[in-house]
Amino acid sequence: MEPRPSDYRHLVRMAGLFVVGISTFLVLRSVFVPKDYGLFGPFNPGALQQNMDHPIKFAGQATCVVCHTEQADLRAKGRHANVACESCHGALAVHAQAQTDGKTSAKPQRPDPRQTCVVCHTASISKPKAFPQVDPAEHAPEGPCTACHVQPHNPKIA
Amino acid sequence: MNQDRRTFLGHTGKLLVLTAAAAAAWEHVLAGAPENAPTYNTKEHWWGMAIDIEKCIGCGTCVRACKTENDVPIEDKYFRTWVERYVVDIRDLEHPHVESPNGGYAGFHEREVKDPNYKMFFVPKLCNHCTHSPCVQVCPVGATFESPDGVVLVDRQYCLGCRYCVQACPYGCRFIDPRVETVDKCSLCYHRITKGMTTACCETCPTGARKLADLKDPKDPIHAFLRDHKVQVLKPQMATGAKMYYNGLDGSVR
Amino acid sequence: MNGVEGFIYPNEIELQWSVLIVLYPFITGLVAGAFILASLERVFNVEAVKPTYRLALLTALAFMLVAPLPLQMHLGHPERSLEMYLTPHTTSAMAMFGFVYLWYLMVVLVLEIWLDYRKEIVLKWRSSEGWMRTLYGAMALWSDNISESALKLDDRLGKAITVIGIPSAFLLHGYVGFIFGSIKANPWWSTPLMPIVFLFSAITSGIACILLMYFATCWYRKVVVDMRCVDTIAKYLFYAFVVDFTLEMVDLIQRIYEADESFRALDFMVHTRLFTSQIVVQILLGTVLPIAMLGLTQLLRIKDTMRRAIYVAAGMLTLMGIFAMRWNVVIGGQLFSKSFLGYTTYKMEFATREGILPALVLMALPFGILWVLIRLLPPWGHEEQAHINRA
Repeated sequence: MEPRPSDYRHLVRMAGLFVVGISTFLVLRSVFVPKDYGLFGPFNPGALQQNMDHPIKFAGQATCVVCHTEQADLRAKGRHANVACESCHGALAVHAQAQTDGKTSAKPQRPDPRQTCVVCHTASISKPKAFPQVDPAEHAPEGPCTACHVQPHNPKIA
Repeated sequence: MNQDRRTFLGHTGKLLVLTAAAAAAWEHVLAGAPENAPTYNTKEHWWGMAIDIEKCIGCGTCVRACKTENDVPIEDKYFRTWVERYVVDIRDLEHPHVESPNGGYAGFHEREVKDPNYKMFFVPKLCNHCTHSPCVQVCPVGATFESPDGVVLVDRQYCLGCRYCVQACPYGCRFIDPRVETVDKCSLCYHRITKGMTTACCETCPTGARKLADLKDPKDPIHAFLRDHKVQVLKPQMATGAKMYYNGLDGSVR
Repeated sequence: MNGVEGFIYPNEIELQWSVLIVLYPFITGLVAGAFILASLERVFNVEAVKPTYRLALLTALAFMLVAPLPLQMHLGHPERSLEMYLTPHTTSAMAMFGFVYLWYLMVVLVLEIWLDYRKEIVLKWRSSEGWMRTLYGAMALWSDNISESALKLDDRLGKAITVIGIPSAFLLHGYVGFIFGSIKANPWWSTPLMPIVFLFSAITSGIACILLMYFATCWYRKVVVDMRCVDTIAKYLFYAFVVDFTLEMVDLIQRIYEADESFRALDFMVHTRLFTSQIVVQILLGTVLPIAMLGLTQLLRIKDTMRRAIYVAAGMLTLMGIFAMRWNVVIGGQLFSKSFLGYTTYKMEFATREGILPALVLMALPFGILWVLIRLLPPWGHEEQAHINRA
């Protein structure tokens, strides 16, 4: 017997349900997906800006030498010429910003005159042989390094 | 009401609902405008890094700087960059002894092994910002992606925390930030390099073992570095297109 | 470091995927396997397993509804999970699997169950009262046409859906295997055989599950077990398991022979941290033993009561073995470092979001759902009617 239209009715309704589902999905998509998603690739371009917007903690030596020209000149003449200021002095963007704003707060602490040096210069068989290194237990074990290496920016003993 | 009228009303009702839905959808599509394009031009840069094993002294300054700069959790389970020490018996190159105490955060304790059969060196590691990145490939929603200037970044607002990318990274450079339950990893200090600065690790490295490289800049020292040294990337057999180039990378390095 | 042996990359201390991610392939495997068994009757006309046809479909649906839950509980941000559908990254197997899942749930399972049960739904609609009447009416989509021609239409469409359903079931669980098998960073997972191994272990577990469900429901209803039915199911279970075991052994033998850079680390892991779960539970108790037991029933003449006992025991061992296989793949793949120089341990907690307790609850939940489904849509007593309709 040939199927009549009323025999298809339930199938049409089921198909209608699917269409409603797909439409809902499409509406949800237009509501929730960021407008420019896919502009540079399969990601949200806003994330690029988001990644650029993190606060900066290390000012960078280019900023330090603007004010601290004396130390920069001393350094340029010695073996620490390529050591950045913040390698020893720590993160100082706050200090740079405070100075720019005209405040005297956020004055950085002086690095420890022994611990700071020991971190790099402790002798180790794993370090490249050409790198200047000493055994802290034998090389002036008591005193601060600055007792002899008076000017850390140019640590050569005069 | 007879069957035919009921059917007709049913069809019309459905049609109206669908048209309304379609109209709403189209409105949303038309109304949106792309966000402001960043002022830094991504097309002018292609970022990488030159790492010289022969210069690394394992001081761990880079690890500390990175944790400070990028607000990485301080525990010893989460690292955007870390340093490994290799103690290699030259009679058994395939099975080195490797250690990374707290990722090298406080440097390394001394190991006085003056045996001539051993060689030791440090290897700093970080995200390799691969051009054919397996982590980008598997992310189900595009929350990790390669920026147009070659940096693999994470979209923290979009990440589901499914951890598929952590599984897919051959280098172990990704982790889940427990404070926000999304993935985190080295971003090549994107917030710094897009402002003309260098990364925190390269800034503070006292020996110049790590140097940020812009491969699209003809004046960048990376070109001489690549030309004049025998360079390697980590796990080249994975063909990830890694852009962290190592000079002096021993065959025993994993 | 507690539980760490050798060298691991610093970020590898904690495992990323927990027991919930072991549960997920196990559950979807049961779905795919149950459906394949059901399709044996519908498409390949294996009459003997007809008593389990509807039970298999309902079981598949119950497990399918629970399948996303372990994933949701594992996600760092489950509220963002809709993003997988809204902006799927087309190179990601995980994203595309979302659509495979949806397709399978809506088109294959829901449609097929609806078409098969429609006559009973309409009859119940007519004979119920109150909110049950509303429920059945909604399920019938308020169409009460159960004339012969309408039912014939249903049958033809249902058959077509089952035919599409078979490759869909293959895709469903093959995809889960691909999610693991495509990760080149992890040598324990990375093999082209992974989707196929997952698929056949899924079929094995699904058939075993329905076999046990059938015994359980017969016992509960105090009905005599149809021996021809369970003999046929056990036969297919045996075949599926032999294929599954062969594939896994092929993978293992090849690994041992080729012995690439990861082999030493993996071999050590299997002999130490994974020994109990892999060698003892998965291979010996969970594969060799049930295959031997089922093989015996194929080769020898065994009394009915004895055969039933063997089937039940073999079924349980099978499920345990397949679960162990999922465990060994997921957890085993994270116990060793990608440096191939060290190992970590899996610390499974009890009552946290990804602990044992939620895992147990999630395993029990499908049975609760199935109980409701069986109440609403009883899978027995209509075989004769269905047979007449399809003639």
